[in-house]
Amino acid sequence: MSTITQNSVPTPTTRRPMRDEMIAFALMTIVLAVVPFTGVYPFFVMQGLCFALLACAFNLLIGYGGLLSFGHAMFLGTAGYVSAHALKVWELPPELAIVAGTAAAFGLSVITGLIAIRRQGIYFAMITLALSQLLYFIYLQAPFTHGEDGIQGIPQGKMFGVIDLQNTTTLYFVVLAGFLLGFLIIYRAINSPFGEVLKAIRENEPRAISLGYKTDHYKLMAFILSGTLAGFAGALKVFVAQNASLTDVHWSMSGEIVLMTLVGGLGTVFGPVVGAFVIIAMQQYLAGFGQWVTVIQGVIFVACVLTFRRGIVGEIGHYFKRSL
Amino acid sequence: MSINIQALLAQLLVGLINGSFYALLSLGLAVIFGMLNIINFAHGALYMMGAFCAYFLLNLFGIGYWWALILAPLTVGLFGMLMERTLLQWLSGLDHLYGLLLTFGVALIIQGVFQNYFGSSGLPYAIPDELKGGVNLGFMFLPIYRGWVVAFSLVICLLTWYLIERTRLGANLRAATENPTLVRAFGINVPRMITLTYGLGVGLAALAGVLSAPINQVRPLMGADLIIVVFAVVVIGGMGSIMGSIITGFALGVIEGLTKYFYPEASNTVVFVLMVLVLLVKPSGLTGRAT
Amino acid sequence: MVETTTLDRTKPASAGNALLSVRDLQAWYGESHILHGMDFEVRTGEVVTLLGRNGAGKTTTLKSVMGIIGKRTGAITFDGHDISRASSDKIARRGIAFCPEERGIFASLDVRENLMLPPQVRPGGLSLEQIFELFPNLRERLKSQGTKLSGGEQQMLAIARILRTGARFLMLDEPTEGLAPVIIQQIGRTIARLKTEGFTILLVEQNFRFAATVADRYYVVEHGKIIDGFANSELEANMDKLHTYLGV
Repeated sequence: MSTITQNSVPTPTTRRPMRDEMIAFALMTIVLAVVPFTGVYPFFVMQGLCFALLACAFNLLIGYGGLLSFGHAMFLGTAGYVSAHALKVWELPPELAIVAGTAAAFGLSVITGLIAIRRQGIYFAMITLALSQLLYFIYLQAPFTHGEDGIQGIPQGKMFGVIDLQNTTTLYFVVLAGFLLGFLIIYRAINSPFGEVLKAIRENEPRAISLGYKTDHYKLMAFILSGTLAGFAGALKVFVAQNASLTDVHWSMSGEIVLMTLVGGLGTVFGPVVGAFVIIAMQQYLAGFGQWVTVIQGVIFVACVLTFRRGIVGEIGHYFKRSL
Repeated sequence: MSINIQALLAQLLVGLINGSFYALLSLGLAVIFGMLNIINFAHGALYMMGAFCAYFLLNLFGIGYWWALILAPLTVGLFGMLMERTLLQWLSGLDHLYGLLLTFGVALIIQGVFQNYFGSSGLPYAIPDELKGGVNLGFMFLPIYRGWVVAFSLVICLLTWYLIERTRLGANLRAATENPTLVRAFGINVPRMITLTYGLGVGLAALAGVLSAPINQVRPLMGADLIIVVFAVVVIGGMGSIMGSIITGFALGVIEGLTKYFYPEASNTVVFVLMVLVLLVKPSGLTGRAT
Repeated sequence: MVETTTLDRTKPASAGNALLSVRDLQAWYGESHILHGMDFEVRTGEVVTLLGRNGAGKTTTLKSVMGIIGKRTGAITFDGHDISRASSDKIARRGIAFCPEERGIFASLDVRENLMLPPQVRPGGLSLEQIFELFPNLRERLKSQGTKLSGGEQQMLAIARILRTGARFLMLDEPTEGLAPVIIQQIGRTIARLKTEGFTILLVEQNFRFAATVADRYYVVEHGKIIDGFANSELEANMDKLHTYLGV
């Protein structure tokens, strides 16, 4: 039975994959860097960057750890609420608010990871979904989140006292820097000994155990890294959207994260980035169509699972026999 | 602490009713998972379709509740079998997680379509005349329809248990769950059995939907939040036994009802909290085998 | 009855009552190419044994005939019908019954349910009374969970349940493996009895001393091909060759 990523990750190639990935990374950075100077709406791209990082963090867990989390919204939302609260109520400067949000996500990922790692596969997915729903109901009732209204009117402030986040272009580059930082952390993790062990566990866990690896520890570490970076994305998003709301913790958000990664390519390095932008663009384009967006997303899910399992980047990589 | 018996019993009844739905739905999920190795995320949407089917039968064809109890599960069950034949059967060699993703997508499609035509507000469905009103039992007032829901669900659950554990058909199903290749090599048409099993699980969900229609309103998203609770129920109960799923479903409903009385703020979350506790103590669930 | 060996593929097989005829059967488990062109036949009323080392492809051959292997090519004809592309349930309904090496007793069924599971594919299957006559200890264990039986009892059950189906062609994979001598004798008697009743049996056995008590012909399988074949009457004469083949 093929694992969920064997369909998307192409077989070993003759070209050195590092060089291809570095070229792609350079291209991506250049394209993103020039955006404020083109006519493209920067808020759209900033939102895309946050979701791209979120999807990359999710992909770390499923693509390399083999664990499908259906509750990643809980990290996005938790970090968002904490950062928002830190900015608005505690009046912390932006950099500390981001740290606070990310730290909250880190703490949450440790706790939920310890609970969820106990089961595998489908059960893991159901547990993460249930935990996320548990948090949703807690946030629904907790006073600090203001329930259905969410935390509104968040001040953007000045980062490190000097970087004015109210300036759109400045904010853009800060978000871009955050995205690139997160992306590089993930990339480093994938290509480290830690990442190799993770891949070995994904391919054949019993064998990894027999070789002496404490697979549960590795899976937990991957989960924590994934959750923390997802939180980081959530903290950044607070500055872009200037609010934190229940939608960020709802299961449909978790579903969208899965969809973005599936469309872009599970287990590929750049897939989640592409997938995030595709889905965000689609949502913007179809905003007037009400619930048909949900239907279309469902159709894309079904189509991807049945016929397009490698995702966009996976298909491109497969066609050119490169690993992207 | 003074306990208002009437209020407590009333919550207990609500708990039993919710427990009925949890039992019917987790039973369907367990049966489907056993045979197909798929967690049917679409289960909540199919429950909703059962309720809407009853609504359409009444409002478009003048067909009442009693017929709906039979026709809705049959119709939605057939729809489910069609789904299995056209979509799910392509998943048989693949990782289990694809089944979750596919059925999640189907759930989005079904719910999205219904939301487009019916919005988010609820449609009314009247309690059938024969079941209106209530009975004064002395210690509490029992609305007849609600008592009926609990009793009927219990009967259906037990019939399903009997079908699976005590009949020849059930033996075929259990054997095919364990070793489908060998069962097929004996001459039994296993693919057809798989389709029918999916239909059975879906039919149970749709039946729960019909039962639910007069109590909860008929809404496109009525199954969406419910299914997540049912997932937690399934994780708690494990999917190791049919009777286990039934008992866990009813028990969790009751616990939820009691929580609503004693500590209302936690009633939404108590099932999830219990899931966390069970995972910490017995990860394979109350009846499951260790994975 | 003088049997000719079917070692020479160019010679047409003796015509007439070949119940199962296998030509150039190739089979794969995933990427592994296990069978490289099996050629053999089993005639009505015969007991034919496939001998060979572990991993030679004997079990794969049975599974290929039964249609439960991943990928197979070649010509398999049973009772005049081509079954090389058929699904396993259709093959079973042609009148072939398979008793796998691992026995396949279902844990979630009791003994009675295990016994009654395989459907009737031909009229004339053994009745429960006849089954209990052959295997008396099953009668007392009917309500036990299938896997609570001893190894020998499970083997009896595995054979018993396919006798109910009415199939007249049985494929038994290592029926005596891991069993006590007294049980092995019982199985031997059962097979001999089935033979007199006209059953056709294709047997896979490591224990060729046991096989010698029931078989009419032998094929030796190595690396997924038949490398030798001889009749039971020629067994003593071929003993040295056999020892070499089997590495005994």
